Amino acid sequence: MSETPRRILVAIKRVVDYNVRVRVTADRTGVATDGAKMSINPFDEIALEEALRIKERGDADEVVVCSVGTPEWQPQLRTALAMGADRALLVDAQTEDLEPLDVARVLAALVEREAPLIVLLGKQAIDGDDNQTGQMLAALWQRPQATFASTVRLSAGRAVVAREVDAGIETIDVELPAVITTDLRLNQPRYVKLPDILKAKQKRLDVVPIAELGVEPVRRFRTVAYEEPPPRRRGIRVSSPAELVAALVERGALR
Amino acid sequence: MRALVVAEHDGRRIAESTAKCVACALEIAPGAVDIVVFSGPEQDALAAEAATLAGVSRVLRVIRDANGAPLAAVLAPQLAAVAERYTHVLGPSTTFGKDLMPRAAALLGVGQISDIMAVEAPHRFKRPIYAGNVIVTVEAEPEHVLVGTVRTASYRPVQEAATPAPIEDLSLDHVPVPEHTRFLSLETERSHRPDLQTAERVVAGGRAFGSAEGFELVTRLADALGAAVGASRAAVDAGFAPNDPQVGQTGKVIAPKLYIALGISGAIQHVTGIKDAGTIVAINKDPEAPIFDVADVGLVADVFDAVPALIDELKRRQ
Repeated sequence: MSETPRRILVAIKRVVDYNVRVRVTADRTGVATDGAKMSINPFDEIALEEALRIKERGDADEVVVCSVGTPEWQPQLRTALAMGADRALLVDAQTEDLEPLDVARVLAALVEREAPLIVLLGKQAIDGDDNQTGQMLAALWQRPQATFASTVRLSAGRAVVAREVDAGIETIDVELPAVITTDLRLNQPRYVKLPDILKAKQKRLDVVPIAELGVEPVRRFRTVAYEEPPPRRRGIRVSSPAELVAALVERGALR
Repeated sequence: MRALVVAEHDGRRIAESTAKCVACALEIAPGAVDIVVFSGPEQDALAAEAATLAGVSRVLRVIRDANGAPLAAVLAPQLAAVAERYTHVLGPSTTFGKDLMPRAAALLGVGQISDIMAVEAPHRFKRPIYAGNVIVTVEAEPEHVLVGTVRTASYRPVQEAATPAPIEDLSLDHVPVPEHTRFLSLETERSHRPDLQTAERVVAGGRAFGSAEGFELVTRLADALGAAVGASRAAVDAGFAPNDPQVGQTGKVIAPKLYIALGISGAIQHVTGIKDAGTIVAINKDPEAPIFDVADVGLVADVFDAVPALIDELKRRQ
Protein backbone atom coordinates (compact mmCIF):
# COMPACT_ATOMS: atom_id res chain seq x y z
CA MET A 1 0.00 0.00 0.00
CA SER A 2 1.13 3.53 -0.71
CA GLU A 3 1.77 5.95 2.11
CA THR A 4 -0.57 8.84 2.91
CA PRO A 5 -0.09 11.51 0.25
CA ARG A 6 1.83 14.56 1.38
CA ARG A 7 -1.10 16.92 1.40
CA ILE A 8 -1.45 20.68 1.68
CA LEU A 9 -4.77 22.05 2.86
CA VAL A 10 -5.47 25.61 1.72
CA ALA A 11 -8.30 27.50 3.40
CA ILE A 12 -9.93 30.19 1.30
CA LYS A 13 -12.58 32.76 2.09
CA ARG A 14 -14.96 34.42 -0.32
CA VAL A 15 -14.87 38.20 0.13
CA VAL A 16 -16.03 41.35 -1.63
CA ASP A 17 -13.43 41.98 -4.33
CA TYR A 18 -10.67 44.28 -3.14
CA ASN A 19 -11.46 46.83 -5.85
CA VAL A 20 -15.01 47.34 -4.60
CA ARG A 21 -15.56 50.15 -2.14
CA VAL A 22 -18.10 48.95 0.39
CA ARG A 23 -20.66 51.17 2.10
CA VAL A 24 -22.74 50.91 5.21
CA THR A 25 -26.40 50.18 4.42
CA ALA A 26 -28.88 53.04 4.70
CA ASP A 27 -30.34 51.62 7.92
CA ARG A 28 -26.82 51.22 9.37
CA THR A 29 -27.35 47.57 10.28
CA GLY A 30 -24.72 46.12 8.01
CA VAL A 31 -22.49 46.50 4.99
CA ALA A 32 -24.05 46.64 1.52
CA THR A 33 -22.52 43.75 -0.40
CA ASP A 34 -25.49 42.77 -2.60
CA GLY A 35 -24.45 42.45 -6.21
CA ALA A 36 -20.82 43.26 -5.42
CA LYS A 37 -18.16 41.30 -7.24
CA MET A 38 -16.98 38.46 -4.99
CA SER A 39 -13.48 36.98 -5.12
CA ILE A 40 -11.07 34.75 -3.29
CA ASN A 41 -9.53 36.71 -0.41
CA PRO A 42 -6.24 37.97 -1.96
CA PHE A 43 -4.07 36.59 0.85
CA ASP A 44 -5.71 33.15 0.45
CA GLU A 45 -4.99 33.28 -3.28
CA ILE A 46 -1.33 33.76 -2.36
CA ALA A 47 -1.61 30.78 0.00
CA LEU A 48 -3.00 28.63 -2.81
CA GLU A 49 -0.26 29.77 -5.20
CA GLU A 50 2.38 28.82 -2.63
CA ALA A 51 0.80 25.38 -2.15
CA LEU A 52 0.80 24.80 -5.90
CA ARG A 53 4.46 25.81 -6.16
CA ILE A 54 5.39 23.46 -3.30
CA LYS A 55 3.62 20.63 -5.13
CA GLU A 56 5.27 21.58 -8.44
CA ARG A 57 8.68 21.43 -6.75
CA GLY A 58 7.89 17.87 -5.70
CA ASP A 59 7.56 18.61 -1.98
CA ALA A 60 3.85 17.72 -1.83
CA ASP A 61 1.51 15.33 -3.65
CA GLU A 62 -1.90 16.91 -3.34
CA VAL A 63 -3.39 20.38 -2.82
CA VAL A 64 -6.87 20.44 -1.29
CA VAL A 65 -8.76 23.74 -1.04
CA CYS A 66 -11.47 24.23 1.55
CA SER A 67 -13.93 26.92 2.60
CA VAL A 68 -16.28 27.35 5.51
CA GLY A 69 -19.30 29.21 4.18
CA THR A 70 -22.41 28.59 2.12
CA PRO A 71 -23.12 26.84 -1.20
CA GLU A 72 -22.78 30.28 -2.80
CA TRP A 73 -19.04 30.00 -2.29
CA GLN A 74 -18.67 27.27 -4.92
CA PRO A 75 -17.58 29.60 -7.76
CA GLN A 76 -14.53 30.73 -5.76
CA LEU A 77 -13.64 27.10 -5.02
CA ARG A 78 -13.98 26.34 -8.76
CA THR A 79 -11.58 29.19 -9.46
CA ALA A 80 -9.17 27.62 -6.98
CA LEU A 81 -9.51 24.30 -8.80
CA ALA A 82 -8.85 26.09 -12.09
CA MET A 83 -5.69 27.57 -10.60
CA GLY A 84 -4.53 24.01 -10.00
CA ALA A 85 -5.90 22.62 -6.72
CA ASP A 86 -6.65 18.90 -6.96
CA ARG A 87 -9.98 18.88 -5.15
CA ALA A 88 -12.19 21.09 -3.02
CA LEU A 89 -14.15 20.81 0.20
CA LEU A 90 -16.93 23.20 1.08
CA VAL A 91 -18.14 23.08 4.66
CA ASP A 92 -21.70 24.36 4.56
CA ALA A 93 -22.13 26.42 7.72
CA GLN A 94 -25.40 27.96 6.43
CA THR A 95 -23.94 31.36 7.19
CA GLU A 96 -21.11 33.48 5.87
CA ASP A 97 -20.68 35.01 9.21
CA LEU A 98 -18.80 32.57 11.43
CA GLU A 99 -16.40 33.99 13.97
CA PRO A 100 -12.73 33.15 13.38
CA LEU A 101 -12.62 30.73 16.35
CA ASP A 102 -15.43 28.69 14.82
CA VAL A 103 -13.76 28.68 11.41
CA ALA A 104 -10.63 27.46 13.19
CA ARG A 105 -12.66 24.74 14.94
CA VAL A 106 -14.04 23.58 11.58
CA LEU A 107 -10.56 23.61 10.05
CA ALA A 108 -9.26 21.63 13.03
CA ALA A 109 -11.92 19.01 12.30
CA LEU A 110 -10.92 18.95 8.60
CA VAL A 111 -7.30 18.55 9.60
CA GLU A 112 -8.28 15.40 11.52
CA ARG A 113 -9.79 13.97 8.34
CA GLU A 114 -7.20 15.12 5.84
CA ALA A 115 -4.00 14.84 7.89
CA PRO A 116 -2.18 17.55 5.93
CA LEU A 117 1.52 18.31 6.14
CA ILE A 118 0.79 22.03 5.96
CA VAL A 119 -2.29 24.19 6.28
CA LEU A 120 -1.81 27.38 4.27
CA LEU A 121 -4.11 30.40 4.51
CA GLY A 122 -4.02 34.16 4.27
CA LYS A 123 -2.89 36.19 7.26
CA GLN A 124 -6.21 38.01 7.23
CA ALA A 125 -9.38 38.32 5.20
CA ILE A 126 -9.89 41.78 3.73
CA ASP A 127 -13.49 42.02 4.97
CA GLY A 128 -13.28 41.41 8.72
CA ASP A 129 -9.53 42.16 8.92
CA ASP A 130 -9.37 39.96 12.04
CA ASN A 131 -6.06 38.20 11.42
CA GLN A 132 -6.92 35.34 13.80
CA THR A 133 -7.97 32.11 12.05
CA GLY A 134 -4.55 30.60 11.29
CA GLN A 135 -3.21 31.28 14.78
CA MET A 136 -6.35 29.84 16.38
CA LEU A 137 -6.19 26.72 14.23
CA ALA A 138 -2.54 26.20 15.20
CA ALA A 139 -3.52 26.47 18.88
CA LEU A 140 -6.40 23.99 18.59
CA TRP A 141 -4.27 21.62 16.52
CA GLN A 142 -1.36 22.08 18.97
CA ARG A 143 1.02 22.61 16.07
CA PRO A 144 3.48 25.36 15.08
CA GLN A 145 2.38 28.55 13.40
CA ALA A 146 4.42 30.61 10.97
CA THR A 147 2.41 33.76 10.37
CA PHE A 148 2.99 36.55 7.80
CA ALA A 149 5.24 34.37 5.65
CA SER A 150 7.33 35.98 2.93
CA THR A 151 9.37 32.90 2.00
CA VAL A 152 8.81 29.21 2.77
CA ARG A 153 11.46 26.50 2.37
CA LEU A 154 10.78 22.85 3.18
CA SER A 155 13.29 20.19 4.08
CA ALA A 156 13.34 17.01 6.11
CA GLY A 157 9.98 17.39 7.78
CA ARG A 158 10.54 21.00 8.75
CA ALA A 159 9.80 24.41 7.23
CA VAL A 160 12.04 27.44 7.42
CA VAL A 161 9.81 30.48 7.12
CA ALA A 162 10.80 34.12 6.78
CA ARG A 163 8.15 36.27 8.45
CA GLU A 164 7.37 39.92 7.80
CA VAL A 165 7.44 41.46 11.26
CA ASP A 166 7.40 45.15 12.19
CA ALA A 167 11.13 45.19 12.92
CA GLY A 168 12.12 43.52 9.64
CA ILE A 169 12.32 39.88 8.60
CA GLU A 170 12.23 37.18 11.28
CA THR A 171 13.15 33.63 10.32
CA ILE A 172 11.81 30.65 12.23
CA ASP A 173 12.13 26.93 11.80
CA VAL A 174 9.03 24.83 12.48
CA GLU A 175 8.40 21.13 12.63
CA LEU A 176 5.71 19.87 10.26
CA PRO A 177 2.79 19.59 10.27
CA ALA A 178 2.28 23.31 10.75
CA VAL A 179 0.05 26.26 9.91
CA ILE A 180 1.51 28.92 7.62
CA THR A 181 -0.25 32.25 7.01
CA THR A 182 0.76 34.31 4.03
CA ASP A 183 1.80 37.90 3.59
CA LEU A 184 1.61 39.83 0.34
CA ARG A 185 5.10 39.38 -0.96
CA LEU A 186 5.25 35.61 -0.71
CA ASN A 187 4.42 35.26 -4.40
CA GLN A 188 2.38 36.60 -7.31
CA PRO A 189 -0.59 34.28 -7.93
CA ARG A 190 -0.92 32.85 -11.43
CA TYR A 191 -3.70 33.78 -13.84
CA VAL A 192 -6.34 31.21 -14.59
CA LYS A 193 -6.45 30.08 -18.23
CA LEU A 194 -9.66 29.17 -20.03
CA PRO A 195 -8.81 25.47 -20.61
CA ASP A 196 -8.13 25.16 -16.88
CA ILE A 197 -11.56 26.58 -16.08
CA LEU A 198 -13.11 23.87 -18.24
CA LYS A 199 -10.92 21.19 -16.66
CA ALA A 200 -11.84 22.40 -13.17
CA LYS A 201 -15.48 21.49 -13.81
CA GLN A 202 -14.45 17.83 -13.75
CA LYS A 203 -12.62 18.08 -10.44
CA ARG A 204 -14.12 16.89 -7.17
CA LEU A 205 -15.92 19.46 -4.99
CA ASP A 206 -17.49 17.89 -1.91
CA VAL A 207 -20.00 19.73 0.23
CA VAL A 208 -19.91 18.76 3.90
CA PRO A 209 -22.58 19.98 6.35
CA ILE A 210 -20.95 21.62 9.36
CA ALA A 211 -22.86 19.28 11.72
CA GLU A 212 -21.06 16.31 10.19
CA LEU A 213 -17.82 17.74 11.56
CA GLY A 214 -19.30 18.02 15.04
CA VAL A 215 -18.89 21.79 15.24
CA GLU A 216 -21.69 23.94 16.55
CA PRO A 217 -20.95 27.63 15.96
CA VAL A 218 -21.22 29.98 18.92
CA ARG A 219 -21.93 33.70 18.75
CA ARG A 220 -19.52 35.35 21.19
CA PHE A 221 -19.62 38.89 19.86
CA ARG A 222 -22.50 41.03 18.69
CA THR A 223 -22.05 43.86 16.21
CA VAL A 224 -24.42 46.56 17.41
CA ALA A 225 -23.56 49.43 15.06
CA TYR A 226 -22.04 50.08 11.65
CA GLU A 227 -20.80 53.48 10.61
CA GLU A 228 -18.52 55.06 8.06
CA PRO A 229 -15.50 56.89 9.38
CA PRO A 230 -15.81 60.67 9.34
CA PRO A 231 -14.24 61.96 6.10
CA ARG A 232 -11.14 64.10 6.41
CA ARG A 233 -11.73 67.76 5.74
CA ARG A 234 -10.88 68.56 2.14
CA GLY A 235 -7.56 70.35 1.99
CA ILE A 236 -6.04 73.08 -0.11
CA ARG A 237 -4.16 72.96 -3.41
CA VAL A 238 -0.85 74.76 -3.82
CA SER A 239 0.94 75.40 -7.09
CA SER A 240 4.65 75.18 -6.22
CA PRO A 241 7.05 73.57 -3.75
CA ALA A 242 7.63 77.02 -2.19
CA GLU A 243 3.91 77.44 -1.57
CA LEU A 244 3.81 73.93 -0.18
CA VAL A 245 6.46 74.73 2.40
CA ALA A 246 4.70 77.99 3.27
CA ALA A 247 1.39 76.15 3.75
CA LEU A 248 3.03 73.62 6.06
CA VAL A 249 4.64 76.36 8.12
CA GLU A 250 1.29 78.11 8.38
CA ARG A 251 -0.35 74.90 9.64
CA GLY A 252 2.45 74.40 12.17
CA ALA A 253 3.51 71.17 10.49
CA LEU A 254 6.94 72.63 9.71
CA ARG A 255 8.97 75.26 11.45
CA MET B 1 -12.53 44.89 35.85
CA ARG B 2 -8.91 43.75 35.90
CA ALA B 3 -6.83 44.08 32.75
CA LEU B 4 -3.55 42.48 31.79
CA VAL B 5 -1.32 43.94 29.09
CA VAL B 6 1.29 41.80 27.38
CA ALA B 7 4.51 43.76 27.01
CA GLU B 8 6.16 43.87 23.59
CA HIS B 9 9.93 44.24 23.57
CA ASP B 10 13.02 43.50 21.49
CA GLY B 11 15.03 42.05 24.38
CA ARG B 12 16.49 45.46 25.21
CA ARG B 13 13.65 47.96 25.45
CA ILE B 14 9.93 47.87 26.04
CA ALA B 15 8.19 48.91 22.81
CA GLU B 16 6.05 52.04 22.71
CA SER B 17 3.12 49.84 21.69
CA THR B 18 3.04 48.61 25.31
CA ALA B 19 2.46 52.14 26.65
CA LYS B 20 -0.35 52.56 24.12
CA CYS B 21 -1.96 49.29 25.21
CA VAL B 22 -1.80 50.47 28.82
CA ALA B 23 -3.62 53.66 27.77
CA CYS B 24 -6.41 51.55 26.27
CA ALA B 25 -6.48 49.15 29.24
CA LEU B 26 -6.84 52.06 31.70
CA GLU B 27 -10.05 53.08 29.93
CA ILE B 28 -11.41 49.59 30.59
CA ALA B 29 -10.07 49.00 34.10
CA PRO B 30 -8.90 52.25 35.71
CA GLY B 31 -6.46 51.53 38.52
CA ALA B 32 -6.40 47.80 37.80
CA VAL B 33 -3.96 47.29 34.94
CA ASP B 34 -1.07 44.84 35.23
CA ILE B 35 1.66 44.18 32.69
CA VAL B 36 3.18 40.79 32.05
CA VAL B 37 6.73 40.73 30.69
CA PHE B 38 7.89 37.43 29.19
CA SER B 39 11.64 37.38 28.75
CA GLY B 40 14.81 35.32 28.82
CA PRO B 41 17.09 35.29 31.88
CA GLU B 42 19.43 37.95 30.43
CA GLN B 43 16.58 40.37 29.86
CA ASP B 44 15.44 40.93 33.44
CA ALA B 45 15.77 44.75 33.24
CA LEU B 46 12.75 44.95 30.97
CA ALA B 47 10.32 44.57 33.86
CA ALA B 48 11.80 47.65 35.55
CA GLU B 49 11.17 49.68 32.42
CA ALA B 50 7.59 48.40 32.19
CA ALA B 51 7.08 49.40 35.84
CA THR B 52 7.66 53.05 34.97
CA LEU B 53 4.54 53.27 32.79
CA ALA B 54 1.93 55.48 34.46
CA GLY B 55 -1.22 53.79 35.71
CA VAL B 56 0.24 50.32 35.97
CA SER B 57 -0.56 48.54 39.26
CA ARG B 58 1.89 45.67 39.01
CA VAL B 59 4.39 44.09 36.67
CA LEU B 60 4.54 40.31 36.41
CA ARG B 61 7.96 39.14 35.33
CA VAL B 62 8.07 35.69 33.75
CA ILE B 63 11.65 34.64 33.10
CA ARG B 64 12.34 31.41 31.27
CA ASP B 65 15.01 30.29 28.82
CA ALA B 66 12.40 29.63 26.13
CA ASN B 67 11.03 33.19 26.47
CA GLY B 68 14.12 34.84 24.99
CA ALA B 69 12.55 35.05 21.53
CA PRO B 70 8.95 36.18 20.96
CA LEU B 71 7.51 32.87 19.73
CA ALA B 72 3.72 32.77 19.90
CA ALA B 73 3.65 28.99 20.31
CA VAL B 74 5.83 29.33 23.43
CA LEU B 75 4.25 32.44 24.97
CA ALA B 76 0.58 31.64 24.30
CA PRO B 77 0.20 28.77 26.82
CA GLN B 78 1.89 30.86 29.51
CA LEU B 79 -0.29 33.86 28.73
CA ALA B 80 -3.39 31.66 28.83
CA ALA B 81 -2.32 30.40 32.26
CA VAL B 82 -2.07 33.96 33.64
CA ALA B 83 -5.18 35.22 31.86
CA GLU B 84 -7.61 33.42 34.13
CA ARG B 85 -7.11 36.02 36.85
CA TYR B 86 -8.22 38.89 34.59
CA THR B 87 -11.36 40.14 32.88
CA HIS B 88 -9.37 41.51 29.92
CA VAL B 89 -6.10 40.54 28.28
CA LEU B 90 -4.73 42.99 25.75
CA GLY B 91 -1.78 43.03 23.38
CA PRO B 92 -0.75 45.49 20.68
CA SER B 93 -2.03 45.15 17.13
CA THR B 94 1.55 44.88 15.91
CA THR B 95 2.94 41.76 14.27
CA PHE B 96 3.97 40.58 17.77
CA GLY B 97 0.45 40.90 19.19
CA LYS B 98 -1.29 39.72 16.04
CA ASP B 99 0.77 36.53 16.16
CA LEU B 100 0.40 35.84 19.86
CA MET B 101 -3.05 36.97 21.00
CA PRO B 102 -5.31 34.77 18.81
CA ARG B 103 -3.28 31.70 19.78
CA ALA B 104 -3.78 32.52 23.46
CA ALA B 105 -7.48 33.26 22.89
CA ALA B 106 -8.04 29.88 21.23
CA LEU B 107 -6.27 28.12 24.10
CA LEU B 108 -8.68 29.90 26.44
CA GLY B 109 -11.62 28.88 24.23
CA VAL B 110 -12.62 32.49 23.58
CA GLY B 111 -12.73 34.77 20.56
CA GLN B 112 -10.74 37.94 20.08
CA ILE B 113 -11.56 41.53 19.28
CA SER B 114 -8.88 42.78 16.90
CA ASP B 115 -7.74 46.39 16.44
CA ILE B 116 -9.63 48.07 19.28
CA MET B 117 -9.76 51.76 18.35
CA ALA B 118 -12.11 52.99 21.09
CA VAL B 119 -13.52 51.68 24.35
CA GLU B 120 -17.23 52.51 24.65
CA ALA B 121 -17.74 50.38 27.76
CA PRO B 122 -15.70 47.58 29.33
CA HIS B 123 -17.32 45.10 26.94
CA ARG B 124 -18.18 47.39 24.03
CA PHE B 125 -15.54 48.49 21.53
CA LYS B 126 -15.13 50.16 18.17
CA ARG B 127 -12.95 48.56 15.55
CA PRO B 128 -12.34 49.00 11.81
CA ILE B 129 -13.30 46.46 9.17
CA TYR B 130 -12.98 46.56 5.36
CA ALA B 131 -9.66 48.38 5.50
CA GLY B 132 -11.10 51.03 7.77
CA ASN B 133 -13.95 51.90 5.41
CA VAL B 134 -16.44 50.74 8.01
CA ILE B 135 -16.27 51.12 11.77
CA VAL B 136 -18.24 48.61 13.82
CA THR B 137 -19.26 48.65 17.45
CA VAL B 138 -18.88 45.18 18.92
CA GLU B 139 -20.23 43.87 22.22
CA ALA B 140 -18.80 40.92 24.10
CA GLU B 141 -20.25 38.78 26.88
CA PRO B 142 -18.85 39.81 30.27
CA GLU B 143 -18.72 36.23 31.56
CA HIS B 144 -15.69 35.33 29.43
CA VAL B 145 -12.22 36.78 29.59
CA LEU B 146 -11.93 39.31 26.78
CA VAL B 147 -8.88 38.96 24.58
CA GLY B 148 -8.15 41.91 22.32
CA THR B 149 -5.51 43.67 20.29
CA VAL B 150 -5.18 47.43 20.51
CA ARG B 151 -4.84 49.49 17.34
CA THR B 152 -1.75 51.44 18.33
CA ALA B 153 -2.44 54.36 15.96
CA SER B 154 -5.59 55.11 18.00
CA TYR B 155 -3.86 55.61 21.36
CA ARG B 156 -1.22 57.89 22.83
CA PRO B 157 1.35 56.22 25.07
CA VAL B 158 0.92 56.72 28.82
CA GLN B 159 3.50 58.94 30.50
CA GLU B 160 6.14 57.90 32.97
CA ALA B 161 4.93 57.20 36.52
CA ALA B 162 6.16 59.26 39.50
CA THR B 163 6.86 56.04 41.37
CA PRO B 164 7.38 52.74 39.57
CA ALA B 165 4.93 49.88 40.04
CA PRO B 166 5.98 46.84 42.07
CA ILE B 167 7.50 43.91 40.17
CA GLU B 168 6.55 40.33 41.01
CA ASP B 169 8.40 37.32 39.73
CA LEU B 170 5.99 34.72 38.48
CA SER B 171 7.10 31.19 37.73
CA LEU B 172 5.16 29.45 35.01
CA ASP B 173 7.61 26.57 34.74
CA HIS B 174 4.74 24.17 35.37
CA VAL B 175 3.14 25.28 32.08
CA PRO B 176 4.56 23.07 29.33
CA VAL B 177 5.73 24.87 26.20
CA PRO B 178 6.30 23.20 22.83
CA GLU B 179 9.71 22.69 21.27
CA HIS B 180 8.47 22.42 17.69
CA THR B 181 9.24 26.04 16.85
CA ARG B 182 12.73 27.56 16.79
CA PHE B 183 13.75 31.16 16.38
CA LEU B 184 16.61 31.50 13.86
CA SER B 185 17.21 35.18 13.17
CA LEU B 186 15.84 38.69 12.94
CA GLU B 187 17.13 40.95 10.19
CA THR B 188 16.37 44.57 10.87
CA GLU B 189 16.98 47.46 8.56
CA ARG B 190 19.14 49.49 10.91
CA SER B 191 19.51 52.98 9.64
CA HIS B 192 20.07 56.50 10.87
CA ARG B 193 16.48 57.32 9.98
CA PRO B 194 13.68 57.30 12.54
CA ASP B 195 11.50 54.22 12.86
CA LEU B 196 8.47 54.31 10.58
CA GLN B 197 6.03 53.23 13.26
CA THR B 198 6.91 55.95 15.77
CA ALA B 199 8.31 58.77 13.56
CA GLU B 200 6.77 62.24 13.80
CA ARG B 201 7.36 62.76 10.08
CA VAL B 202 7.08 60.21 7.29
CA VAL B 203 7.85 60.62 3.59
CA ALA B 204 6.47 57.83 1.41
CA GLY B 205 6.84 57.06 -2.26
CA GLY B 206 4.73 55.21 -4.79
CA ARG B 207 4.86 53.68 -8.21
CA ALA B 208 5.62 57.02 -9.91
CA PHE B 209 9.32 56.72 -9.07
CA GLY B 210 9.70 53.91 -11.58
CA SER B 211 12.86 52.34 -10.17
CA ALA B 212 14.94 51.84 -7.04
CA GLU B 213 17.22 54.66 -8.25
CA GLY B 214 14.22 56.94 -8.70
CA PHE B 215 12.99 56.00 -5.23
CA GLU B 216 16.15 57.48 -3.74
CA LEU B 217 14.48 60.86 -4.14
CA VAL B 218 12.07 59.75 -1.43
CA THR B 219 14.92 59.04 0.98
CA ARG B 220 16.60 62.34 0.08
CA LEU B 221 13.48 64.30 1.02
CA ALA B 222 13.06 62.17 4.15
CA ASP B 223 16.61 63.00 5.21
CA ALA B 224 16.05 66.70 4.53
CA LEU B 225 13.08 66.54 6.94
CA GLY B 226 14.51 64.08 9.45
CA ALA B 227 11.65 61.79 8.49
CA ALA B 228 11.13 58.03 8.23
CA VAL B 229 10.70 56.46 4.80
CA GLY B 230 7.50 54.70 3.77
CA ALA B 231 6.27 53.11 0.57
CA SER B 232 3.01 52.20 -1.08
CA ARG B 233 2.21 48.60 -1.83
CA ALA B 234 2.65 49.35 -5.54
CA ALA B 235 6.22 50.56 -4.98
CA VAL B 236 7.04 47.53 -2.84
CA ASP B 237 5.46 45.09 -5.29
CA ALA B 238 7.37 46.69 -8.14
CA GLY B 239 10.57 46.13 -6.18
CA PHE B 240 11.63 49.81 -5.80
CA ALA B 241 11.36 49.77 -2.04
CA PRO B 242 12.20 47.09 0.55
CA ASN B 243 9.37 45.25 2.30
CA ASP B 244 9.16 46.65 5.75
CA PRO B 245 8.24 50.29 5.05
CA GLN B 246 4.95 49.41 3.38
CA VAL B 247 2.15 51.60 4.66
CA GLY B 248 -1.49 50.54 4.45
CA GLN B 249 -4.09 47.99 5.48
CA THR B 250 -1.75 45.14 4.66
CA GLY B 251 1.38 46.91 5.90
CA LYS B 252 1.88 49.40 8.68
CA VAL B 253 -0.80 51.66 10.09
CA ILE B 254 0.87 54.87 11.22
CA ALA B 255 -0.08 58.21 12.73
CA PRO B 256 2.78 60.68 12.23
CA LYS B 257 2.29 64.42 12.69
CA LEU B 258 3.31 64.99 9.05
CA TYR B 259 2.84 62.50 6.21
CA ILE B 260 4.05 63.31 2.70
CA ALA B 261 2.80 61.01 -0.08
CA LEU B 262 4.89 61.26 -3.23
CA GLY B 263 3.57 59.76 -6.45
CA ILE B 264 1.08 57.63 -4.49
CA SER B 265 -2.35 57.34 -6.07
CA GLY B 266 -4.11 56.78 -2.75
CA ALA B 267 -5.75 53.37 -3.05
CA ILE B 268 -8.19 52.64 -0.21
CA GLN B 269 -5.83 50.16 1.37
CA HIS B 270 -3.05 52.76 1.50
CA VAL B 271 -5.22 55.55 2.89
CA THR B 272 -6.29 53.22 5.70
CA GLY B 273 -2.72 53.21 6.92
CA ILE B 274 -2.41 57.02 7.19
CA LYS B 275 -5.87 58.24 8.16
CA ASP B 276 -4.77 59.27 11.63
CA ALA B 277 -1.84 61.39 10.46
CA GLY B 278 -1.87 65.02 11.61
CA THR B 279 -1.19 66.67 8.26
CA ILE B 280 -1.25 64.78 4.97
CA VAL B 281 0.59 66.22 1.97
CA ALA B 282 0.20 64.77 -1.52
CA ILE B 283 2.32 65.40 -4.58
CA ASN B 284 1.05 63.64 -7.69
CA LYS B 285 0.91 64.57 -11.35
CA ASP B 286 -2.59 63.16 -11.73
CA PRO B 287 -5.00 65.83 -10.46
CA GLU B 288 -7.71 63.16 -10.13
CA ALA B 289 -5.63 60.87 -7.90
CA PRO B 290 -7.75 59.84 -4.87
CA ILE B 291 -4.91 60.76 -2.51
CA PHE B 292 -5.98 64.41 -2.97
CA ASP B 293 -9.33 63.57 -1.33
CA VAL B 294 -7.59 62.97 1.98
CA ALA B 295 -4.69 65.42 1.61
CA ASP B 296 -4.63 68.60 3.67
CA VAL B 297 -2.19 70.15 1.22
CA GLY B 298 -1.96 68.97 -2.39
CA LEU B 299 0.44 69.82 -5.19
CA VAL B 300 -0.25 68.60 -8.73
CA ALA B 301 3.24 68.07 -10.13
CA ASP B 302 5.64 65.45 -11.39
CA VAL B 303 7.60 64.10 -8.44
CA PHE B 304 10.86 64.27 -10.40
CA ASP B 305 10.41 68.06 -10.72
CA ALA B 306 8.72 68.84 -7.43
CA VAL B 307 10.76 66.76 -4.99
CA PRO B 308 14.22 68.18 -5.88
CA ALA B 309 12.69 71.68 -5.81
CA LEU B 310 11.16 70.93 -2.42
CA ILE B 311 14.49 69.69 -1.06
CA ASP B 312 16.15 72.92 -2.31
CA GLU B 313 13.40 74.99 -0.74
CA LEU B 314 13.84 73.25 2.61
CA LYS B 315 17.62 73.71 2.48
CA ARG B 316 17.19 77.37 1.66
CA ARG B 317 15.07 77.85 4.76
CA GLN B 318 17.59 76.29 7.11
